[in-house]
Amino acid sequence: MSTHYDARLDGEPPRIAQAEVLADLRQALPGMTLLHREEDLRPFECDGLSAYRALPMLVALPETLEQVETLLKRCHVLGVPVVTRGAGTGLSGGAMPLEHGVLLVLSRFNRILEIDPEARTARVQPGVRNLAISEAAAPHGLYYAPDPSSQIACSIGGNVAENAGGVHCLKYGLTVHNVIRVEVLTIEGEHMTLGSDALDAPGFDLLALFNGSEGMLGVVTEITVKLLPKPETAKVLMASFDDIEKAGDAVGAIIAAGIIPGGLEMMDNLAIRAAEDFIGAGYPVEAEAILLCELDGVEADVDDDCQTVRRVLEQAGATDIQQARDEAERALFWAGRKNAFPAVGRMSPDYYCMDGTIPRRELARVLKGIGDLGEAYGLRVANVFHAGDGNMHPLILFDANQPGEFERAEELGGRILELCVEVGGTITGEHGVGREKIHQMCVQFSPGELTTFRAAKAAFDPDGLLNPGKNIPTPARCSEFRLTKSAGDAPAPTHA
Amino acid sequence: MVTMNDIPSQDASEALADRIRRAEAEGSPLRLVGGDTKAFYGRAVDGESLSTREHRGITEYDPVELIVSVRAGTPLRELEAALAAEGQMLPCEPPHFGDDATVGGMIATGLSGPRRPWAGSVRDFVLGTRVIMRQGSEQRFGGQVMKNVAGYDLSRLMVGAQGTLGLITEVSMKVLPLPGASRSLHLDMPLADALERLAEWGRQPMPITAAAWLEGALHLRLEGGPSSVAATAERLGGDELLDGFWEALREQRLDFFTAEDPRALWRLSLPHHTPALEIPGVTAETDVLYDWAGCQRWVRSDADAEAIRAVARQAGGHATCWRGTGGAAVDTPFTPLEPVVEKYHRNLKTQLDPKGIFNPGRLYAAF
Repeated sequence: MSTHYDARLDGEPPRIAQAEVLADLRQALPGMTLLHREEDLRPFECDGLSAYRALPMLVALPETLEQVETLLKRCHVLGVPVVTRGAGTGLSGGAMPLEHGVLLVLSRFNRILEIDPEARTARVQPGVRNLAISEAAAPHGLYYAPDPSSQIACSIGGNVAENAGGVHCLKYGLTVHNVIRVEVLTIEGEHMTLGSDALDAPGFDLLALFNGSEGMLGVVTEITVKLLPKPETAKVLMASFDDIEKAGDAVGAIIAAGIIPGGLEMMDNLAIRAAEDFIGAGYPVEAEAILLCELDGVEADVDDDCQTVRRVLEQAGATDIQQARDEAERALFWAGRKNAFPAVGRMSPDYYCMDGTIPRRELARVLKGIGDLGEAYGLRVANVFHAGDGNMHPLILFDANQPGEFERAEELGGRILELCVEVGGTITGEHGVGREKIHQMCVQFSPGELTTFRAAKAAFDPDGLLNPGKNIPTPARCSEFRLTKSAGDAPAPTHA
Repeated sequence: MVTMNDIPSQDASEALADRIRRAEAEGSPLRLVGGDTKAFYGRAVDGESLSTREHRGITEYDPVELIVSVRAGTPLRELEAALAAEGQMLPCEPPHFGDDATVGGMIATGLSGPRRPWAGSVRDFVLGTRVIMRQGSEQRFGGQVMKNVAGYDLSRLMVGAQGTLGLITEVSMKVLPLPGASRSLHLDMPLADALERLAEWGRQPMPITAAAWLEGALHLRLEGGPSSVAATAERLGGDELLDGFWEALREQRLDFFTAEDPRALWRLSLPHHTPALEIPGVTAETDVLYDWAGCQRWVRSDADAEAIRAVARQAGGHATCWRGTGGAAVDTPFTPLEPVVEKYHRNLKTQLDPKGIFNPGRLYAAF
């Protein structure tokens, strides 16, 4: 069943011509860059999930808040949907455009407005890159903790929209734990502040609700994040295992020893070989699995913890344990992990990255399930795993030029997510639902729960103009998906 | 030693759902209640009481996963004892305000203890909730995993909403190991110096997990690995602080809170590095207790609510009238919302509870 926007399943789009919207916006916003020719729209047809494409009706590139406000007000009056986009690095099609909607690109809002070292906060515009915040805070000995693999390119506005994670979440939390305040424009162009510079704010926790809401409740125009003091030291241990289940058990044993590592990552043999071939990080290519365990904090504690973890890893049956000798080697160990996606990309013409989260104890069962499914679909799967927090990134290797192979990869991906739900997990740990996992939402949530999500949406955007078709499936789409599934995954009935 | 299996377990969700269906059908408001230890926190609710006490017990706890799932009516102390038996804790250190405090009350009020600025709040440790919505169906939001961004984050939205959006029946929380070492210090120091030192220490990787200034002294708790705690304690000097100080502070059993005083008690929530504030009639050293490294201040004052709130707002924070007789304590304990923000609060309440059956008026008169 296709994830393409389908008026019958996703709701009637507005019947208003591009020329009409263009004329209206040009009149209301004479100074704003507005792209409308096909060749100008083309670069915006997808986000980081490039298999999902659609040409937007128009692309707006505002430079001032007043322009954003006016744009939203006009779109609200005209009944034209608005899809907000930051750097476009998202992996779930959350910023995938709509053919009948305006793509609101916030990349020009790229200023760091204030770093306050005393209060340990940074106030930034949504288009600021994730890594740029830590770079700006570094002279004060501070940094911004969430570090998605795309942190060189991804923008903080997108991080808020998706509630982005990274490799340090177990200890330092997700975006929602590190954003203290956002400025928002509603679809009606009203301004509101959610959260505060203090540690809490009166009323409902709308800040939590907006984090991860995929641009469907409002447009975030300014973000204040918490900065943390840089740990005095960070050390990395790399352990090799001849059996992936032993590696999984070692993760539990580290936690059971009362240690919360700053980062705890696992890679399977296919991912190890891909990364080693690409980066030359010194990974053991014969190992069935490796664990990277980073311990950070005060020097004396980290040394104690390294000893403990080493002992735990030995007892768990590690065949080899290496500690990065210096900062350069530590960076190299991490470079292999952080570049695992592009590394796997070099082994195969295309790859498709999944994002399920599971209770860690189910790891062996899920990995076996993924292996079996991969075999059944005739596709290879490399596994990269945020082991500390149970967030898996199976990478499905395929060749889009082979007829039917993308569809097979997509279906295999869906099956893997359903397996994650079956063991008590979730279909997305940090990449978001977007358009990609819209059908699996019907698996994870009951019709009643989906109704409640729609009610929350209606409180902020009753006309459904903000990023329609993402995150929360319509009842019609779920009905059809369930029918399709019960019919043994036969193709969906054709329609006019 | 208490283990998870020693805690009585009982599933009363069907009875709770039935009662909610009836209230929805009749359009008659409910006053949701657990241990009734935090009834003072918020406006009085006019409705028939519905207790969660019968819905209790830990439904899942695997210490290695660092996640516990527990029913709303479970006494907080039972949960904490079960976690302690496995060497773990709720890092947000929630106040009880009475022996009968329940898990549901902790979530509904969202109140956190002295460790809050360093470890995070109750909301930060919530991973998922089960909530009986107005239709009488128990719905699950979030989950029992560390990372989950499927759907809107309604589970964290429930924290601090004081039961105005639905009845929380179960919660899954992240837990953490107890610290390897803990020491508390008493350092004689003027207020201004203490606030400056705390700002400076905040920029350094120091193992501080609680900091309060009162009675002319900075009270500090150091927690972490034995090596760093010992080294830091040695470097800072001062005197050893008596056991039980932090719990007494959290539970408001210190003299500051229990002394006979006709004035209202205010809670000011402020940004890091806020200096001593000038509130009419308030002496910064004796009428104010500084917790959370100065981010949470308890103020004894009979000044006008507007005056106190203006000072808090000016400093980038807000003020709650915690206890008092009449006036703000009764009508508007929480800082009034900006009109646009209030509009969306009302919209949300209307969408999720159109008949106003869940704790109407608990937070604000308008919803």
